[in-house]
Amino acid sequence: MADTKMVNLTIEGRAVSVPEGTNILEAAKAAGVLVPHYCYHPGLPVAGVCRMCLVEVEKMPKLAPSCATNVAEGQVVHVYSEKALEARKGVLELLLINHPLDCPICDQAGECELQDYTFQEGRADSRYREPKRFNPVEDFGGDVLYVTNRCILCTRCVRFMEDVHQEPVLNVSDRGDRATIGKASDADLTQPWAANVIDLCPVGALVSKDFLNKARAWELDRTASVCTGCSQGCNSILETRDNVVVRQKPRSNDQVNRFYLCDEGRLDYRWMNRPDRMEAPKIRLADVLSPVDWEIAFDETTKVMRGKRAYVVASPRLSNEALFLLKQLIGATKGTGVFRCATGPEAPLPGVPDLALRADRAPNVRGAELLGFARRDHDLLGGLAEGDVLVIADDELAGLDLGTAKKASAIVLIGTVLPAGLPTPDVVLPIANVAEEEGTFTNLRGRVQRFLQAKAAPGLARPSWYALADLNAALGVKAEYFLPSAVFEAMAQQEPAFGGLSYETLGLYGAPVKGAAATVGAA
Amino acid sequence: MGYPHKSHPRETPVLSKHFGEAEARTLDGWKKRGGYKALAQALATDPLAIQDVIKASGLRGRGGAGFPTGLKWSFMKIGDGKPHYLCCNADESEPGTFKDREIMRWTPHALIEGCAIAAHAIGAETAYIYIRGEFTEPIRVMEAALAEARAAGIIGKNAMGSGKTVDVWVHKGAGAYICGEETALMNSLEGKRGNPRIKPPFPAVSGLFGKPTTINNVETLAAVPHILNNGAEWYKAMCLASPKSTGSKLYSVCGNVAKPGNYEVVMGFSFKEFLYDLCGGPLPGRKFKALIPGGSSVPTITIEEAEQVKMDYEGFLEQGTMLGSGGVIIFDDAQSMPRQLARIARFYAHESCAQCTQCREGTAWMTKILERIVAGQGTFEDLDTIFDLSEQMTGKTICVLSDSCGAPVVSGITKFRGEFEALIKGRRSSTVAVGAP
Amino acid sequence: MSHGPSAPASSHASGHGHDTPYEPVFTPGSARKKELDDIITRYPDKRAALLPALWMIQQERGWIPEAAMIEVGDQLGCTAAYVKGVVTFYTMYHQHPVGRHFIQVCTTSPCLCAGADKVVEAFLEHTGCKELGLTSADGKYTVIEVECLGACGFATPVQINEEYVENVTPEQVPAILAGLQ
Repeated sequence: MADTKMVNLTIEGRAVSVPEGTNILEAAKAAGVLVPHYCYHPGLPVAGVCRMCLVEVEKMPKLAPSCATNVAEGQVVHVYSEKALEARKGVLELLLINHPLDCPICDQAGECELQDYTFQEGRADSRYREPKRFNPVEDFGGDVLYVTNRCILCTRCVRFMEDVHQEPVLNVSDRGDRATIGKASDADLTQPWAANVIDLCPVGALVSKDFLNKARAWELDRTASVCTGCSQGCNSILETRDNVVVRQKPRSNDQVNRFYLCDEGRLDYRWMNRPDRMEAPKIRLADVLSPVDWEIAFDETTKVMRGKRAYVVASPRLSNEALFLLKQLIGATKGTGVFRCATGPEAPLPGVPDLALRADRAPNVRGAELLGFARRDHDLLGGLAEGDVLVIADDELAGLDLGTAKKASAIVLIGTVLPAGLPTPDVVLPIANVAEEEGTFTNLRGRVQRFLQAKAAPGLARPSWYALADLNAALGVKAEYFLPSAVFEAMAQQEPAFGGLSYETLGLYGAPVKGAAATVGAA
Repeated sequence: MGYPHKSHPRETPVLSKHFGEAEARTLDGWKKRGGYKALAQALATDPLAIQDVIKASGLRGRGGAGFPTGLKWSFMKIGDGKPHYLCCNADESEPGTFKDREIMRWTPHALIEGCAIAAHAIGAETAYIYIRGEFTEPIRVMEAALAEARAAGIIGKNAMGSGKTVDVWVHKGAGAYICGEETALMNSLEGKRGNPRIKPPFPAVSGLFGKPTTINNVETLAAVPHILNNGAEWYKAMCLASPKSTGSKLYSVCGNVAKPGNYEVVMGFSFKEFLYDLCGGPLPGRKFKALIPGGSSVPTITIEEAEQVKMDYEGFLEQGTMLGSGGVIIFDDAQSMPRQLARIARFYAHESCAQCTQCREGTAWMTKILERIVAGQGTFEDLDTIFDLSEQMTGKTICVLSDSCGAPVVSGITKFRGEFEALIKGRRSSTVAVGAP
Repeated sequence: MSHGPSAPASSHASGHGHDTPYEPVFTPGSARKKELDDIITRYPDKRAALLPALWMIQQERGWIPEAAMIEVGDQLGCTAAYVKGVVTFYTMYHQHPVGRHFIQVCTTSPCLCAGADKVVEAFLEHTGCKELGLTSADGKYTVIEVECLGACGFATPVQINEEYVENVTPEQVPAILAGLQ
């Protein structure tokens, strides 16, 4: 980057210096000016077709499409000149002449660039007096529905499938005002990353079947999160309404997932709303679990664990913070920490280096490894010795032969749901799930990334770091933490891999652990 | 020769000299008429020297834009180590234009020779002649001529024994006017939708298959052998008005005229004499009313304006229109201008590639408004809307298809507003369409 | 606007209808396969042979069904969706079966001056097609309006399959139809 030539220009009176080869639209962004646009997307090849981003460049005879015009030294650009505004107003009117104006029933309403720019720069009326063209809604397969009448033919979806996904299953069909986005009958939009076309669509033409008619965009609360679908750690936004997660969308991070989220990941949110949650701490009384206060539950745990080794089965879906506190617990009892991870086929997004739905289908495998947990995919309870206390930390134990659990002198369950088939635990400590607490995950490339709380935990369930910190305190481990950031700070001090990191340095895009590749491409 | 009519004595038949002579289609027939001498000489000449001759001749692109041909060729960096391509634009699809069709039907070898010379002059070993799919007969004639030329070693690996490779292939289009736009033509040839490309990069830098490419019209290339045979000065001397416009030009004349057909005259010829003398004037009992003189994309002019025109690039510009492709569409006093202009707009709406918003939506909208006016349902606001729409459709898109839709319509409304107003006021059009009840 | 042929009203419009199983054209060793391979050598990128390949399909099958798009895509290394985008761009490729005599009447401006609309009416009447784009009940004819055939000086030109008939007047239509095989 050092020898990249910089070009100086003025945009809306603001001086800006950008690398040679930058287009005017991006230069304007750098100057803090948003040029309205539809077909341009930084992740896609330039098409220059919507003609919305026309700006006036002094000494150029015609208005310039800012997405397809590179900066030049000394250029003076007017985004809001009368000529430019008039042209964009014209484009907006034309985009709307055949548009059904069905905003009241459109899922995109509220986050629609056609609405936004029309509100900002469009006409208040339309001069169109002719019948509107009509085309039926088409099921594109996968999660995607094509509402043809709302389409503005920006071709972002076509370019994504062709250049980024490299599965050109979409096309522009026909021509003139009869043109639509089309596909052939031999291929649906079922490719692993295909649903990104929904996010890329600037209008309500490509909509999610999963989200169809579920909520109005303005009713949603949005929280920065990290997708838990695999070890890639794609940055995401969890959208909630009335304490229910209703949608997960990608959050841009050039180091990890650029603008994208795979279909499996984006739909991997329903479990966050499970109704069968453990809501209160419980202890076993006469083989029946009875709700108790947290203090009584801690006392009971202390009692069953006294003098015993803890065999901790942790989930790689737990945060670094929870795993760090578990590690302390293991240390205090001279115990063992193990985990397993579900796996599935890897599915790369070909157009983006080092971005894939990873084989490890959990977000914090690397964190668990860095914090000393041993991976035992096949024989998870195989290390459990007679008389150990079995501490289950959020693993749902599905598919395991739990007969071995009988070897344990006691079972302490820290988790969100009661695993089926598990002998009644001695203690149950209910914790929040990823949507309900704050924490960090470490992705497969060693990037530590924060996720924030998107909704409230049910009943008396506590954030995992909070429950574990208090449990450790009860067990005599020095662990007085009042914030997850404090747990992270302690981890950064005690764990060399996390040295130098803090919630502040992580920000919302994360930072690599020691020894991990700093940036390069992605992850 | 004004095929299908006999050549008029005031024509200057260079390209059209052998129209109608079946023998000229054959290799022997063409050689008998002096064919392939220019190519033999060119293959032994430095490409830059050929470029210089063409530059000196003043030859300008006959497809519509009128860009100096020699200058265009000089943009190709000879010896840059990359493959170069020549595309011959034979996608003649603009309403009113049918000159390239006759060149290909009657003198296919003139075009092959021109292509081969041009290919050599720009450092290309391959030339593709992109012919619109509807032109089945010209395609057959060109294919036959190419087979003959290939068999005779005139084109191919060792063209005319020069040691140089010059391959020429016909590529058949499939029904898309926009493929006559040079970048759309290249996309179409590459097996894509015929969408025009954003420029830059210009074809001479990155064209067909991403390689330096020159695109020339059929008529332009067919003129090249004649220029090499007779010299730049000879060509330059064919000039009656502006010195920037030289040579002979084929005009296709159609519409309401006594003798429709192709006519070849020197640059600067009087349009009035052309219309009334060569083309035989209006049909009996009729008067010329309006013209679209350069293919349907150029502004409409009145007959009074047309009579002032000196037929060259500058002369048509002076009267507010363009020479364009030389396709002269004539409307007489029996024609309804609103109906004709609505039909022209419909053509563009049908042919829009669908990329740019203004073109995709604007051409269709304009057509609907015009058709509504013709149907007697128009309002005065509609005329304002058309003017504003045309403004939106001009100079704002990747190519000029939408500009081309607005140009004849807006100028037509301006000059024949009375006919539109008559329809709007609910009366019959002041004129009655031919054949209308 | 009625520009392309639409789905035929009758099922016996052509030898290869929508319901007929598709027979591949570019089978190994076939003349068409050889022809395609030969054409491919003219270009540095085989995808450039797409338009020629589609022409061959149409010559063999009368129209271009989706199964053909898959076949052509396989031959040239592109998806059926890509091929479909191309097929639908070019008006000369038939996306539905058409009559044995595909009649295209130019009605663009210069031809309109010459009364092309009446020529269209005459063809519709005498072929029994009734509507533009529909195929006659006997499967013989499909009539459409076409944008500029590039023979404006010979108005009204009509293209019937591969051949142009020029200077057509409504009166000549019955004789023209009678002359068709």
